[in-house]
Amino acid sequence: MGDTGTFLMQLWKKTASLALALALLGSASALAQTPKKGGVAQVIVTPEPPMLMQGLNQTGPTNMIAGNIYESMLRFDDKLQPMPSLAKSWKVSEDSKVFTFTLQDEVKWHDGKPFSADDVVFTLDKFLREVHPRWRPIVNNQVEKIEKTDDKTVVITMKQPFGPLLFAMEVASAPIIPKHLYEGTDYKNNPNNNTPIGTGPFKFKEWKKGSYIQLVRNPDYYLKDKPALDEVYYPFIPDAAARAVAYETGKVDVLTGGAVDIFDVPRLAKLPNTCMTTKGWEMFAPHAWITPNVRNGILGSKEFRQAMMYAIDRDFGKDVVWNGFGKIPTGPISSKTKFYSDNVKKYSYDPKKAKELVKASGYKGETIKFLGLPYGETWTRWAEAIKQNFADVGINMEIVTTDVPGWVQKTSNWDFDLTFNFLYQLGDPAIGVSRSYVSGNIAKGNPFGNVGGYSNPEADKLFADAAVAPTPEKRQELYTKVQQVLAEDLPVLWLLELEYPTIYRCNIKNLVTTGIGVNDGFRDAWKE
Amino acid sequence: MGMARFLASRLLKGVVVLFAIAVLNFFLIRAAPGDPAAVMAGEAGAADAQFLQQLREQFGLDRSIPYQLGVYLKGYATLDLGYSYRQQRSVAAVVGERLPATLLLTGAAFIISLALGSLLGILAAARAGRWSDSLITTAALVFYATPLFWIALMSQIVFALKLGWVPNVGYETIGAHYTGLARALDIASHLVLPALTLGLFFTALYARMMRASMLEIAGADFIKTARAKGLRPSVITRRHIARNAILPIVTLAGLQAGQLVGGAVLTETVFAWPGIGRLMFEALVQRDYAVLLGVFFVCSAMVVLFNIVTDLVYRVADPRIEAA
Repeated sequence: MGDTGTFLMQLWKKTASLALALALLGSASALAQTPKKGGVAQVIVTPEPPMLMQGLNQTGPTNMIAGNIYESMLRFDDKLQPMPSLAKSWKVSEDSKVFTFTLQDEVKWHDGKPFSADDVVFTLDKFLREVHPRWRPIVNNQVEKIEKTDDKTVVITMKQPFGPLLFAMEVASAPIIPKHLYEGTDYKNNPNNNTPIGTGPFKFKEWKKGSYIQLVRNPDYYLKDKPALDEVYYPFIPDAAARAVAYETGKVDVLTGGAVDIFDVPRLAKLPNTCMTTKGWEMFAPHAWITPNVRNGILGSKEFRQAMMYAIDRDFGKDVVWNGFGKIPTGPISSKTKFYSDNVKKYSYDPKKAKELVKASGYKGETIKFLGLPYGETWTRWAEAIKQNFADVGINMEIVTTDVPGWVQKTSNWDFDLTFNFLYQLGDPAIGVSRSYVSGNIAKGNPFGNVGGYSNPEADKLFADAAVAPTPEKRQELYTKVQQVLAEDLPVLWLLELEYPTIYRCNIKNLVTTGIGVNDGFRDAWKE
Repeated sequence: MGMARFLASRLLKGVVVLFAIAVLNFFLIRAAPGDPAAVMAGEAGAADAQFLQQLREQFGLDRSIPYQLGVYLKGYATLDLGYSYRQQRSVAAVVGERLPATLLLTGAAFIISLALGSLLGILAAARAGRWSDSLITTAALVFYATPLFWIALMSQIVFALKLGWVPNVGYETIGAHYTGLARALDIASHLVLPALTLGLFFTALYARMMRASMLEIAGADFIKTARAKGLRPSVITRRHIARNAILPIVTLAGLQAGQLVGGAVLTETVFAWPGIGRLMFEALVQRDYAVLLGVFFVCSAMVVLFNIVTDLVYRVADPRIEAA
C-alpha cells in the first residue's frame, strides 16, 4: 500500500471514530431529551375507516385512529403486561373471580362532562353487551355482575375464575363510551357516532370524507404533560405506490403497518431520517394460516393435511414473499401470545415425506380449490408459491379469486376447499385463539369462527378448562396440551406469525410504546 | 319537429331510460357475492351470528327483495337517494360532498383535452404528411394506447418525486389551512397531474378524430369550389373544413361530458382525489348498496342529460339536422 493508501486508511479510521463518537453522543442526548410540545404528524391509515365510534366498529383503520380518541381501563406493554389507562390501579382476587378497578381522577369527556364509574358500568354491562361481538360472549358467559362501589371504583365479579378478563380491557375490545350521550338511544344511529366523544389524549376535529381525518390535542387530558403533539392528520391515499411516493416526498410522516407493499419496505426503510419497527403488534399477534374445509373429501384426512404441511416451504414464504418479516409458527398460539409452547410436533419442509403421506391418504388427484385472500399482491404471490409446492408433491390446486365481500361470504358459508385466513390473537388464547378451533364455534355466517369444521371433544374440553383454570401454571399446562393435540391433527396449516413494519420519520419519538403500537401511540409521541 | 316538442320527447324517453337503469342496477349489484354486513364483519375481524343479524336488520337486508325494491323506487320517485348506514349519512350528502372535486377534475381534463385535441388535430390535418403531422399522430397514438395507471404513477415519480414541481396526491395540502387565493393556487397545484393524466387520453382521441374528419372534409367538392373561388386557405380551413369536421368532435364531447360526474375511477384512486369515481369504487368494494345506486343514478342522469344537450348542439352546429 502506498502513501495515498495509508492516508486514506487513516482518514477512514478517523472518520469512523468520529462517526461512532457522534452516534454515541446522539443516542446519549436522545435518552436525555425531554418531550417537546407542539408539532403535527401526518399518518397513513388505509383504507378509510367506516366510522370512528370504536364501540360499534372494530375494523383495523377504526382502531388505529379511534384508539387515540377513546380509552379503556388498561393499556399493555410489548410484553403484554397491563399498564394504567382509565384505571389508575386494579386488583384481582386470589381466586381470579373479582376484579376491582380504581379510576383516574379528574377525567373529563371531550364535551367537558365529568367521567365516572357510571360510564364504565354502562359501557361494559349494557352498551358493549349489545353491540360488541368479542365482548358479548365474555360478559354473557363469564360475568356475574358489574357494579360500581363508588364514583371511582368498578367491581367485576365473574361466575368462575377468568384470568383473560384483563386482556379484554384493551381499548379495541372495551372502549369506554359516554353514558350521557348513549343511554336510552338507538346506539347504531346515534348522531354522536359521527363526532366521537371520548376521554383520550386527542379530540376529533374534522373528517373530510375521501381526504383526511383531523384530531387535535385534548387540552383537558388528565395527564397534564400529555399529549405533546398539537394535531394528528390521517390522509387517505388508496394506492400503495402513491402512498410510498407521498412518504418519499415528505407529505406524510408515518406509514402504519400494511400501508405499503411489503416489497417496498426495505427501500423505504433506507431513506434518510427514516426509522422502522415491527414492534407494536404484540397484542394482536396476527397469525396466518390455510384453513382446510375438513368436510370436503380428502381434506378430512389427517394424513393429507400433514402432507400439505410438509409440502409447503414456509421459509420461502417468509423470506421471499414476506421479505423476511415474520416468524414460522409451531402451532395455534403465537410466540407473542400468553401460554405459547413449542413442545409440539414440528413440520419442516419435506417434499419426500409429503409425497409418502399423499399416497397413504388415498388422494386420487382431484382438484382442490384454493380461495385466495383479496388483501393485495403479497397474498396472491403466496398462493402461487403454495400452488407450486403442492404441484411438486402431486397435489392439484386451483386458485379461485374474489374480492373482500366475496371472500367473507364464501368463507362464512363454508364454500371453499382451502383458504387463507389470519386472525388477531389479542393477548390470551381464550379471547383470540380458541374461537377458530372449538366445535361450538362451527356456525355459518361467521368468517372468523371455526369455518373449517374441525371438531375434537378433547380439544374443546382443554380450551374450555384452560380459560377458567384458577392459576397461570394450570392454564399453561392445559394450553400446552391443546397445542400438542392440534399440532398433530392440523385443523389448519399455520404459515406465519405476521409482522407489520411501521415506517416513520426518526424525529417522531416514542411513537410505539405499547403492545398495540400506533393504535394508542400518539398519547406519548412527540416531534423533535 | 319544433324545439319544445323535440325536448319533451327526449325528456320523456330519458325518464323511461333512467327508470330501466335504476331497476337494472338494483338487481345487478345484488348479483355480486357478499353484502354490506359481510364486508363490515370482514373488516372488523370479529363477528358472530348476532352481530351480522344486527347489521342486516340495520341495512334493511333482512326484508324481502320486492320490499327493498319498492322502498328504493319510491325514494327515487321523490328524488330521495336513500341513506348510507355505513356512513351514517344520506346518500345525497355523501354524493354532494364529492361532486365538486370530481367536476373540477373532469371539467379541467375536458377543457384541456377538447381545446388541445381539436387544435392538434387541425394542425396535423393542415400539415398532413409533414414531420409535424407525424409527430402529433405518433404522440396521439402513444398516449391513446398507454394504460392510464402507468402514466399516473410515472407522472408522480417524475414530476412530484424527482423534480418536485407539484404534489403527487390529494386535493390540497392537509394541515396548511390556506384560504382565498393561496388555497385556490394550492388546489390548482394538486390538480395538475390528475387533470393532465386524465386529459391526455381524450386529447389523443380528439386529435386523431379531428385530423381524420378534417382530411375527409378537405377532399369534398364544396372545398374545391371554395378554392376555385379564390378564398384564402386559412378561411377555407376555419370556416368550411373545421366547422364541418367538428360534428364527430361534438358527439365525442357529448359522450365525455356525460361521464364528467362519473369521474375517473382510476385517476381519482391513484391520485387520491376525493371525487365521485373513487366513491363509486369504494362503495363497490364495501357493497354500500345505497351509495352505489345513488352514484349510478346520478351518472346515468348526467349521460341522459348530456345526450339531449349534444342533440341540441348538433342542431346549432349543423342547421341541416334541424331541417331534417
